[in-house]
Amino acid sequence: MTGEPVLAVRDLSAWYGAARILYDLAFEVGRGEVVALMGRNGAGKSTTMKSIMGMIAKKSGQVTFRGRDITSLKTFEIARLGMGFVPEDRRIFSDLTVLENLDVGRQPPRMIEGTAQTEAWTPERLFALFPNLGQMPDRLGNHMSGGEQQMLTVARTLMGNPLLVLLDEPSEGVAPVIVEQMAHTIVELKKQGLSILLSEQNINFAELVSDRVYVLEKGQIHWQGSMAELSGNIDVQRSFLTV
Amino acid sequence: MTIDALLFQALNGLAAASGLFFVAAGLSLIFGVTRIINIAHGSLYMLGIYLAYTFATRVGGVLGFWGGIVAAALIVAAIGALIEILLLRRIYRAPELFQLLATFALLLVINDAALWIWGPEDLLGPRAPGLRGAVEILGRRFPSYDLFLIAMGPIVLIALQLVLTRTRFGRLVRAATQDREMVGALGVNQAVLFTSVFAVGAFLAGLGGAMQVAREPANLLMDLTVISDAFVVVVVGGMGSIPGAYLAAIIIAEIKALCIGIGVVEFGGFRVNFSKLTLVAEFIVMAVVLIVRPHGLLGRAQGAIRSVAEPEEPIRPATAALKFLGLVVLGLLICLPLFAKTSPYTLVLGTDILIAIIFATSLHFIMGPGGMHSFGHAAYFGLGAYGAALIVKFLAAPMLGAIAFAPLLALAGALLFGWFAVRLSGVYLAMLTLAFAQIVWSIVYQWEDVTGGSNGVVGIWPAAPFNTATNYYLLALAFAVLSVLLLRRMLFSPFGYAMRAGRDSPLRAEAIGIDVKRVHWVGFAVAGCICGLAGGLFAFAKGSISPETIAVGRSIDGLVMVLLGGIQTLTGPIVGAATFVMLQDTIMRQVEYWRALLGATILLLVLVFPAGIVGGIMARYAAWKSR
Repeated sequence: MTGEPVLAVRDLSAWYGAARILYDLAFEVGRGEVVALMGRNGAGKSTTMKSIMGMIAKKSGQVTFRGRDITSLKTFEIARLGMGFVPEDRRIFSDLTVLENLDVGRQPPRMIEGTAQTEAWTPERLFALFPNLGQMPDRLGNHMSGGEQQMLTVARTLMGNPLLVLLDEPSEGVAPVIVEQMAHTIVELKKQGLSILLSEQNINFAELVSDRVYVLEKGQIHWQGSMAELSGNIDVQRSFLTV
Repeated sequence: MTIDALLFQALNGLAAASGLFFVAAGLSLIFGVTRIINIAHGSLYMLGIYLAYTFATRVGGVLGFWGGIVAAALIVAAIGALIEILLLRRIYRAPELFQLLATFALLLVINDAALWIWGPEDLLGPRAPGLRGAVEILGRRFPSYDLFLIAMGPIVLIALQLVLTRTRFGRLVRAATQDREMVGALGVNQAVLFTSVFAVGAFLAGLGGAMQVAREPANLLMDLTVISDAFVVVVVGGMGSIPGAYLAAIIIAEIKALCIGIGVVEFGGFRVNFSKLTLVAEFIVMAVVLIVRPHGLLGRAQGAIRSVAEPEEPIRPATAALKFLGLVVLGLLICLPLFAKTSPYTLVLGTDILIAIIFATSLHFIMGPGGMHSFGHAAYFGLGAYGAALIVKFLAAPMLGAIAFAPLLALAGALLFGWFAVRLSGVYLAMLTLAFAQIVWSIVYQWEDVTGGSNGVVGIWPAAPFNTATNYYLLALAFAVLSVLLLRRMLFSPFGYAMRAGRDSPLRAEAIGIDVKRVHWVGFAVAGCICGLAGGLFAFAKGSISPETIAVGRSIDGLVMVLLGGIQTLTGPIVGAATFVMLQDTIMRQVEYWRALLGATILLLVLVFPAGIVGGIMARYAAWKSR
């Protein structure tokens, strides 16, 4: 990790009603880094992402994005600063076509700090990245397979030209060939200078793409290190990941 | 009647359909994006026609008329935007029915504002410059302006469809209709989107009203008639479907026009007056459509819509303190006749409150724990009231027998209507219950031989020993206590748990073996039955019963009582009913602009106590305790 992190989380706690879900999380994502939040179902991975995105009503702590405190910003303001969010349940607009879904996600292009200006995402560029979508620009969201929807939700988020993407369980519930394509996409995006925070249960998938890992269990970070270290640490895997 | 005359009448229907379509389209758009059922949408229509009248008569000429229509629609759009910014924006996270209460309060305020500005007389605008004449169609003269109105329907339909499919604004509207939180996560400012959608919807309503200025007189009853027509149109067409709204507007307007055209017809000795059917025809259509196609003609099953409201606290059994408080209040109520010796009116008001408490508690039973938002609770009140009154009138039944019969008739009605209603949910259920209530109302209104029509049934006085204000008050108190305790007991029985489980998660409830529809059906029937008791008591308390006491206004009063008290508390409906009746009583008797004052009071309550009076007090108590 070099320079100032693009995302820094300090003492993040979150509640659903009276139930506390997250306990004082602290972690960082560096520029151009792919960081995985790993843990079993219910460990708090999705809640962490939603809290960062301003989608949880009750939270405490501090979230800094591109050097700016975004803790109390509204969701759309955070998105406009260049944070993209791909929810685990995809949330495709099922009454809209592929192209219309992409249009809803569109935002003006922005500079990535310290690098040359990247080209703005267009439907054409995204169809090159996801050829399947290119074959169905006018298909309605509810007539698409789970895998196609998964690609569309990533593509829709990229239309906002984000600098950091929160990618919630991209490998969940889709066919192996799509999982492979997701991994390929993440590597491709990283090459273009994007930072990615990934939530994942599947270590095989995380190994393909991640630089560093934070392991969550019951809303707390129990382990952190490089991906390679986790791959070699069977104890941690057994305690917090395998079912 | 000849075919020509029928066709001519059909053309009239088409002209009326356009205005109806504009309002319904606006209502549908606003509901889609903001999930707010804007009861005040008919008021915006009414403002449109009044404003157009003012422009046409004050400015006059071509500019005053045609420019006035556009100006009126734009002003109404601006008013709509202001309403969204000043009021609705603060309550998007409140429970959806609370938002409804707020827009109902707006309706009251706008109605009195219009009364204050334009006065109580009907105002008919001038004829349209350039379209004053008439064209000969089928041997009759048909106003040119009506032809213009007929053409405007499809024009606006196509324009709206183009905006929704071809512009980014339209795509955002459609996306937000499905999942507004996700739209926010993609960087769209919801506040701006919501305000603009509200303004567009208000513009359509204002335009619909303004264009009627040359066709029908502006009057102060328009807000309610238009909103109920528009609801029917939206529901029949399918929520969120603009072409559906157009289709439904035509169907409804045509049926109304044809009913007027057909008039009285003899069927083998039976005289059927079709023109009287206009009052109920649209509701019959709606009931049939909802039963056959639960999502409307062109609507589709709505995916699970993401609620943005905070999860609600579960209801809890009464604490020792609450039980004690309840006993103290009960003791005071029993002693009330002693204090009220000098003012007998107190007991009359007290009886009204007790009846309202039974009414509101029974409505709350299905709305809160049952999650079934009935907009037609007046039906069961009416069945009870008329059941009691008619059995006295025709069979000379004794009073207690009549009061016992009231809940039975209401139970029968609730069993019948409930069987259909529990098959639907959300707005559709609300509209179907409203339709059934309208059907009951119009049967009562039009079956003159039995019900006395608009005169109602008179001379239903309580028998001794209940013929004094004191004793009747005590009787009402006994029934109220029994009803409240019975409903409460049921909510904490396995049946009550099953009903709440069915509300919170129908799928999971089914999976653990609960027949959700059946449980909700029984709940609906129980609520209707208890409500019938309130109706029976009401008939004897007033000595008479008339159709207007069981009209849609009573259903709305019930909703206001329940929401005022707080829907997720069991004491809520009691406090809400008492507050509402007292507010209505004190305000109505003393102030000329009582609607505005009542509306303003409700708005204040909505903004200060977004969880109802009892909910608000409990939240403040909890906050105080945890300090």
